[in-house]
Amino acid sequence: MSTRSLLLTGGGLAALIASIAVAVTIGPADISTGDVWAAVAAHLGLGESTLAPLRDGIVWNLRMPRTLLAAVCGAGLAVCGTVMQSLLRNPLADPFVLGVSSGASTGAVAVVVLGVGGGAVSLSAGAFLGALLSFGLVLLLSHTLGGSTDRVVLSGVAAMQLFSALTSFIVLTSADAETTRGVLFWLLGSLTGADWGQVLLCAVVLAVVLVICLGYARTLDAFAFGDEAAAGLGVQVARTRLVLLSLTALLTAALVSCAGAIGFVGLVLPHATRALTGSGHARLLPVTALTGAVFLVWVDTVARTVLDPQEVPVGVVTSLIGVPAFVAILYRGRRRA
Amino acid sequence: MSSLHADRVVRRIGDKVVVDGVTLTLRPGETVGLLGPNGSGKTTLLRLLSGLLAPSAGVVTLDGRPLTEVGRRSAARRIATVEQHAHTQTELTIRDVVALGRIPHRRAWTPPTAADAEAVTQALLRTGLTDRAGQSWHSLSGGERQRTQIARALAQEPRELLLDEPTNHLDIQHQLDLLELIASLPVTTVIALHDLNLAAMYCDRLLVLRDGRAVTEGTPAEVLTPTLIAQVYGVHAEVTHDSGHPVIRFLRPVAREESPRKGGGTSDASTAR
Repeated sequence: MSTRSLLLTGGGLAALIASIAVAVTIGPADISTGDVWAAVAAHLGLGESTLAPLRDGIVWNLRMPRTLLAAVCGAGLAVCGTVMQSLLRNPLADPFVLGVSSGASTGAVAVVVLGVGGGAVSLSAGAFLGALLSFGLVLLLSHTLGGSTDRVVLSGVAAMQLFSALTSFIVLTSADAETTRGVLFWLLGSLTGADWGQVLLCAVVLAVVLVICLGYARTLDAFAFGDEAAAGLGVQVARTRLVLLSLTALLTAALVSCAGAIGFVGLVLPHATRALTGSGHARLLPVTALTGAVFLVWVDTVARTVLDPQEVPVGVVTSLIGVPAFVAILYRGRRRA
Repeated sequence: MSSLHADRVVRRIGDKVVVDGVTLTLRPGETVGLLGPNGSGKTTLLRLLSGLLAPSAGVVTLDGRPLTEVGRRSAARRIATVEQHAHTQTELTIRDVVALGRIPHRRAWTPPTAADAEAVTQALLRTGLTDRAGQSWHSLSGGERQRTQIARALAQEPRELLLDEPTNHLDIQHQLDLLELIASLPVTTVIALHDLNLAAMYCDRLLVLRDGRAVTEGTPAEVLTPTLIAQVYGVHAEVTHDSGHPVIRFLRPVAREESPRKGGGTSDASTAR
C-alpha cells in the first residue's frame, strides 16, 4: 500500500473515531462529555461508569447504536454508490438505482399497513424482502432486455415507478393518518429506531461486501472504458456484473431495512472522495467508506438536534445538502460531457 | 508455427453472415493489414481473433487451443486490442490508463508488483509518453489518446496486438506517427485500415475482405492491383511501384468521357508522396 493510501485511510479512520466520540456526547439529555465517555469506556471493559442506569442506558442503548448505525449506513451507501457508478458506467448511479428502496418501502408498507405476515414479520424484515423482490425483478427485466448497462438502469427506473405506485396505493387506500406519518418518516430515511441488533447485522453485511468488492477493485477499474474494453482486459463482464450488483443490492437492502432510504450519500460521496483519492478502486473503496461514515454521523447529529425537541428525518437533511453538492459535481464534470 | 490462427471462421448476427469462412494464419512479428469496404467484416473478424466474440462455426486457436477454451484472463495476457476510439467519463491520467493494461496480470487483494510498474514504465517509454504520464486523459487530442491506448495494450505484454482502424479521425501527420510506432513494435499485429496507401507502406501482408469473405491475401505488391481495387471497392485506380511498395492513385469516375489523367485524379486517400 502506498504512503498516500495509508495516509488517507489512517486519516479517515481517525476522523471517524473522533466523530463518533464527539457525536455521542451531543443530545437533548444533559449528560456531560466526561460522563458519556466514562459510560462507553465502562461498557468496553475499561473503568467504571459514573452514570445512573437510566442515563447510562441513554448513552449505551440509544446514542451509541444510533451513531454507529449512522456510520455503517454512510459507509455502506457510499461503497454501493461507488461500485454502481463504475459497473453501470453512469456517474448518476446510486444504491437505489436498482429499485431496491422502492421495493423496500412497498414491503414495509405491506407489513405495517396491510398487516402482511400477521405480526410475525417486522417492518425491517418486510422492507428487506421487498427490496430483494424488487431487485430480482430488475435483474430479470434487464436480462430479458439484453443486459446492457442502460437496460439495467432503465429496468431500475421501471421498478422504482411500479413499487412507488404500489406503496402510494396501499397507503392512500388503507392507512390512517398516524400510520402514514410513521411510515413516511421511515421512508425518508431515519436512524431513530437504531438498536445493537441492527448495527451488528449491517456491520457484518458491510464487512463481507466491502472485502469482496476490494477483491474486485482492479476489475472495477477495468470498466472505465466500457464493457468491451473490460472484456479485452480479461474481465468476465456478465458474471462480474451479476455478482457485484447482487452484493450491492443485498447491502442496500440490509441498510434500507434498518434506516429507510437515505438519499444522496451513495450518489455524492463517491464523487467527492474521487477528488481526494483518484479513480483507482483499491484506494477509493476504503476511503469512500470512511468519508461516507463520517458524513452520515455528522448529518444525523444535525438531524436529531437542529430542531430539538423535534427530529428531522436524516434523509431530508442529506438531500438538502446533497442537491447543491450534486449540482457542483455536474458543473465540474461539464467539460467531459 | 503460428500462435494465433483463424480456421474457416463464420460469424452470424441474426440471419446475416458477417464473417464467412475466413482463414488467417499469423507469423510471429509480422504486421497484417485487414482491408475492405465498410461492413466487409473487418471489425467482427478482429473481435473473433481477440476472443471477444465466439465464432458461429470454424475455430480460432491460440497455440493450438481453441480460444474459447483459453479463458478471458489468459487470453488478455496474450492478445491486446485497441478500439477505434476509446471513451470514458472517469478522471484518469495517461499513467492510470496505461496501468489498466496490467489488470489481466494482477491478483485480487494485492497491490501492483515491481513487474507491473516496470511494464507500465516500458510501455510509456516505447510510446514516448513518459514525460506526460501525469497528464489528464480528457486533455489529450485524438492521436494522443490512441497512443495512450497503444501504451495500455503494450502494458498487457501481449504477443498479438489487434487494432481496429486506429488512425480514424486523425490528421495525416498523426496517422503516420501512429503507424510508424505500430510497425516498430516487436509484436504480431493485425490492423484494420481504410487507407490503401498507408496499408501498402506499413503492412507486411494484407487480407482483403468483402461481404465477410476473404477475397485475396498476400504482400501489398501482390494484392493491391487496379483489378482488385475495382473489384472490391468499385473505384478505378492507378498503381505504381515505389521501392517495392505499391502507390495507389485513385481516378475520378470516367463517366464524363474525359481522360482520367486530365480529370486531375483526385484521391480520397492521399498518395504516399
